[in-house]
Amino acid sequence: MAEVSAGRTGSSAAPRAVAEEKRLNMVQALNEALADEMARDETVLVMGEDVGPDGGVFRVTEGLIERFGNKRVLDTPLAESGIVGSAIGLCVGGFRPVCEIQFMGFIYPCLNQLCSHAARLRNRSRGTFAVPMVVRMPYGGGIRPPEHHSESYEAMLANTPGLKVVIPSDPYEAKGLLIASIRDDDPVVFLEPKRIYRAFRQAVPTAPYEIPLGEARVAREGSDVTVIAYGAMLQVALASAKKAEAEGISVEVVDLRCIVPLDVQTFVDSVVKTGRAVVLHEGPRTCGVGAEVAAAIGENALLSLLAPVERVTGFDTVFPGALLETHYLPHEERVLAAIRRTIDY
Amino acid sequence: MQTHGLAELYRQMGRARAFELAVERLWRRGLISGEMHLGTGEEAVAAGVVTQLRAGDGLALTHRCSPALVVRGVPLVPMLREMLGQSDGLCGGRAGHMHLSSREHLVACSGIVGASLPRAAGFALAAKRLREGAVGVAFAGDGAMNQGMALETLNLAVAWSLPLLVVCIDNGWAITTRAGSVTAGELGARAEAFGWTVARADGLEVEEVQRAASELLARCRKGKGPALLHVTCPRIDGHFLGDPLLEQSRHLTGSAAKQTLGRVMSAAVSSGGGGALQRAASMVKMVGTMAKARRETGRGDRKDPLRVAHQAVKRAGGAVDVIDAEVEAEIASAVERALAGIEVRDA
Repeated sequence: MAEVSAGRTGSSAAPRAVAEEKRLNMVQALNEALADEMARDETVLVMGEDVGPDGGVFRVTEGLIERFGNKRVLDTPLAESGIVGSAIGLCVGGFRPVCEIQFMGFIYPCLNQLCSHAARLRNRSRGTFAVPMVVRMPYGGGIRPPEHHSESYEAMLANTPGLKVVIPSDPYEAKGLLIASIRDDDPVVFLEPKRIYRAFRQAVPTAPYEIPLGEARVAREGSDVTVIAYGAMLQVALASAKKAEAEGISVEVVDLRCIVPLDVQTFVDSVVKTGRAVVLHEGPRTCGVGAEVAAAIGENALLSLLAPVERVTGFDTVFPGALLETHYLPHEERVLAAIRRTIDY
Repeated sequence: MQTHGLAELYRQMGRARAFELAVERLWRRGLISGEMHLGTGEEAVAAGVVTQLRAGDGLALTHRCSPALVVRGVPLVPMLREMLGQSDGLCGGRAGHMHLSSREHLVACSGIVGASLPRAAGFALAAKRLREGAVGVAFAGDGAMNQGMALETLNLAVAWSLPLLVVCIDNGWAITTRAGSVTAGELGARAEAFGWTVARADGLEVEEVQRAASELLARCRKGKGPALLHVTCPRIDGHFLGDPLLEQSRHLTGSAAKQTLGRVMSAAVSSGGGGALQRAASMVKMVGTMAKARRETGRGDRKDPLRVAHQAVKRAGGAVDVIDAEVEAEIASAVERALAGIEVRDA
């Protein structure tokens, strides 16, 4: 597999050559990012349900309260609206809070604070106030849980002007993107693919590093078709690409990293090269990220297209119970079928 | 409303417990998927309150809904089929264990903490207009009382003088955080400040819960506004089944505990890492955490409400053994019927 580069090597090669690395899973990489930023910047706080002594439901904040104390790691009541609402006030008061919402399915009580205040305060105050806040939450399926624990509604948030939406696909990405999100001066919703949390380990630099928000990366080079994915679906895209290779189809895979800001250039360049595109996400299909990406391809690469843009997505239903989960989530066979349709068109 | 004798209350508690234990067995066999939030420890609340409801009363429940549903008389086999994800389950297999609902019984549950309060308030308003004398009842945990929607309901129910009973099941926890550390004041006083009628009961004493519920419901039915019943009870099986700290602390000789112990011992003697003092301090802290977890009420402990009721019935000369046997047979039969046609592949 041709692993490529953007963000993997960075611009300053010299320090990277001697950089220490550790093999971490995504939970550990996120934990490191939080600890690094809290150590670097005293205004960074962590707050949420069970984030203190418990270390968070997925243990992403484990050990932080022991290291940084309960003035910087705040256990909150079960009150999402209060978590995000008070984080806005903390921002105005001089802090950079990182909120944890326990599951994306628990986000709805705080949408008022997130969409009508956090996202708008900078504009409304003509830049007098910024909201340098990160709202982290595990999202997506793959662990066969009950309702409210699997949804993938990034499109809803991406459709809210003023919010950045960041979704890492592996441990390396997770650390660099979370650090960049914490350092960003505007509100970032940071969606963590829970089925990647402990799925695999990867070499992650010990030193803090940023992956700039709004820069997609080519995760695998190919020449016949571009698969555009993010989050947990990136692994599905890469596995599908490998299988397609056995059929003689060369697949390029683009990892969006951020839904907002969306790096149109990187996937358009890829589609201009390959002439075919498949967009892959697990969220519902209608008005999903795939529709936006397909529209951008239509606007910028229409005459390069050799086939209509394919979308492989979740369905327009509530995320189903455990027995239907593997059917709902896009899998390699569905991606391969879409790839073949673009080739056979 | 007619009060039920202790023996009948004990039977309902036993049914609720036996149902939860049956669900646990199915979950451990991998037949029910996902986090499982058992209502073990809440049986006296379920029996004490739900036996006081009439047909036409609406009930909004939480992620620990099954004890109240069992007492309410929702048929057991469809409930189990629902949790097993079957299309002939109570909700067609779409609800899972947190979102059971039954039109016939006017019950609906939500896994969203605090959601039961506004829902029951709306039902209470509908009852006030359409079914005089009927009430809306919400069950909610102590952690839920801090949600904005719960506080909105505290206001709304008084402003609209709703026939609403909120039963706050106070187990002292907000998921895995001590509720007291994130809660201002006392919950009953909070409701009183809004103008609610408040009663408090010990969730180990089913007759006390029943008495309190009966009085508050009578007020609600007469149109005297909303009432809060604040009941304390243990959370016997943690936030969800399989809580590793609880399981390993309670079963120190179990394989999981042994595995953890092995890892701890090898870490304790490993060459890298902290010094001897730091290691000793960590060990002391770990043992302390486990000791604390062991002090949480377990099944059959002195503070298990089912045991308290069992002994009370026995003291009163009730036929405890007969009740236990009947309950066990009922639940076993329900499980057997629920599993019909499901391929069981036990390890």
